Amino acid sequence: MILKWIRSFAFFWYDFVVGDDWRLAIGVVVGLGLTALLAHATSVAAWWVAPIVVIVVLVGSTLLAGRKARKA
Amino acid sequence: MSAGFLFVAVFLACTVEAVEALTIVLAVGLTRGWRAPAYGTGAALVLLAAVVAALGPALKLIPLHIIQLVVGGLLLVFGLQWLRKAMLRSAGIKAKHDEDAIYKKEVEKASGSAKAAGAFDAYSFRIAFMGVLLEGLEVAFIVLTFGTTQGNIPLAAIAAGAAIVVVVAVGIAVHAPLARVPENMLKYAVGLLLTTFGTFWGAEGAGAKWPASDASILVLLAILWVASLGVVYLLKRSQQTSAGSAAAQSLAREMSQP
Repeated sequence: MILKWIRSFAFFWYDFVVGDDWRLAIGVVVGLGLTALLAHATSVAAWWVAPIVVIVVLVGSTLLAGRKARKA
Repeated sequence: MSAGFLFVAVFLACTVEAVEALTIVLAVGLTRGWRAPAYGTGAALVLLAAVVAALGPALKLIPLHIIQLVVGGLLLVFGLQWLRKAMLRSAGIKAKHDEDAIYKKEVEKASGSAKAAGAFDAYSFRIAFMGVLLEGLEVAFIVLTFGTTQGNIPLAAIAAGAAIVVVVAVGIAVHAPLARVPENMLKYAVGLLLTTFGTFWGAEGAGAKWPASDASILVLLAILWVASLGVVYLLKRSQQTSAGSAAAQSLAREMSQP
């Protein structure tokens, strides 16, 4: 009973946060992680990292979905 | 800093924050209905009032960057999901009302149509709650920092209150014309806005300093919009190419038959 509740709770949060494409969530973690690394470990400006990663992940994920839909 | 200058500075700073919160609440309310975002806004305001009342000036000690990183990261993930779906719909790859139809069908199947009509939208609640809470905390920080340094917290609080009243009045005035915009266009705009704010707050929370401060939001929005339009164009073109080659193949098959 408790195991079932934990599983459905975990599934709800996975579905809520990750959604249709796990690559988007991974991209966000990588983008913000790289930004933090650059901002705190170097003297290089870090603001440009997140927008670039976000655009790459968005374009890649959407084009991939388009290609899959054409094949189906 | 004179009292007049303190009022203007706090009013303008809080207007920027209130507009950001209003944008998120309007975007979610217009696309998914008003009940859950209204509850989300109310819950965030209650929590905010409790936090401010309990902590007061000690609020300045809470690391804002941690809140920005978590809220920004979550908004960014949600925004990217919305934007990706809206782009696929714009390109004609995904049906425009598929999710609403599936959602309604599932809810009706589970609990009957009466409950389906009044089903609570937890997703909208969370988005509105997070947006209003983060911006509300920023307003509280502005009031406390400006007010403490100038020794006039009540005047700073009045300026913040005036900014919020003005922004909410503008929001009430514009929500009706916005409701006439086509559904997928609104969803597209929501995806763009959530992705923009998520990128801005997330990167700021991670330690980045934006070159143009809050004005960078507009630049980010423009870049994401252009990039997304480029992808929609590419998807539409490849759809047309594959449809054209399928038609040519079928014509060739018909002509080769005796």
